[in-house]
Amino acid sequence: MLKSFADYIVFTIINLAPGSRAGEALDFFIYDTLKIFLLLTTIIFVVAIIRSSFPPERTKRILSHKREYIGNTLAALLGIVTPFCSCSAVPLFIGFVESGVPLGVTFSFLISSPMVNEVALIMLWGLFGWKIALIYIGTGLLVAIFAGIFIGKLKMEKHVQDYVWEMQVGNAEIKILTFREKIDYAREYTLGLLKKIWPYVVVGVGIGAFIHGYVPQDFLARWAGRDNPFAVPVAVALGVPLYSNAAGVIPIVQALTAKGMAMGTVLAFMMAVTALSLPEAVILSNVLKKPLLATFFGIVALAIVFVGYLFNAIL
Amino acid sequence: MKIEVLGTGCAKCKSLYEAVKTAVNEKGVDAEVVKVEDIPSIMKYGVMSTPALVIDGKVVFSGKTASASEIKGML
Repeated sequence: MLKSFADYIVFTIINLAPGSRAGEALDFFIYDTLKIFLLLTTIIFVVAIIRSSFPPERTKRILSHKREYIGNTLAALLGIVTPFCSCSAVPLFIGFVESGVPLGVTFSFLISSPMVNEVALIMLWGLFGWKIALIYIGTGLLVAIFAGIFIGKLKMEKHVQDYVWEMQVGNAEIKILTFREKIDYAREYTLGLLKKIWPYVVVGVGIGAFIHGYVPQDFLARWAGRDNPFAVPVAVALGVPLYSNAAGVIPIVQALTAKGMAMGTVLAFMMAVTALSLPEAVILSNVLKKPLLATFFGIVALAIVFVGYLFNAIL
Repeated sequence: MKIEVLGTGCAKCKSLYEAVKTAVNEKGVDAEVVKVEDIPSIMKYGVMSTPALVIDGKVVFSGKTASASEIKGML
């Protein structure tokens, strides 16, 4: 239905010829923008309602004194539903470790929460289909679980800034929201998020549409295809400074895939964009000493590179 | 009345602080509005997501912002 609406506007109202470059690019742009905003609005709203039942204070209580493996798995899953903003990473981290959440379990949460987020999922679902979106959730959770277990095994508690252990943490009561309040929260959250990301989506889809219409087929196959062993690490390195623009980056990447970029490379790039970010590293340096911060980034980056190679080999 | 806005300096924290000041002025209540940015003070309230609003030592909400008119209803 959206497709015929886009076709109608481009080929009937604006009267561009079907099959022409400008026509196809504009058709693609209108169709994708409509589809993505429809998905974004409905799914963010639903996710926000679920989130209103999982404030971080509650997640903390669930995870406190959990053993590894079970704790890491729970933490990665709760990372999906607990609202997280990198600007709250410091109070969140302190709240977790102070209430007895093991360090490795805390990291599973810190990795999964930004990486397996609804915006990335919607964009992947809308542009690559539900299979790729599911693979992204599944491998994202596995990366978070195993990187957390590994960091836990390294026993790096002494590399947490000393003041963290001495901090006095109060106990905020957990408010149980009424259904009405949940709806209000979800509406506010959805509008706020849409307001923040819509320019990135429009620009991203616009660039994507341009690439679709004007870049020659298989243009990228030589550099970013599955035969180039450096493509995955380079994609991960490029993903780190592109933080928080998942909404704008995915449409561009989708267009690049059509021009020969391999799927494993795409997944690795997406994970690096969402999970590893320079601003988050700066914020976390308030609570983590350098060796632990470097270990965290190193292990997550390695895990993501591994995911990239794996899917380039099997997809 | 003492109103504290807890936050480490993110954009939402600033907008909440401005909204609180507007609410206090418009309602004409006698209140001291402070911005709390240091982590130990924020943690003392047990708040794990910022911004948060504290009125007379009690956490009213955390992890979201609010408009001036909503805050007026809480004063």
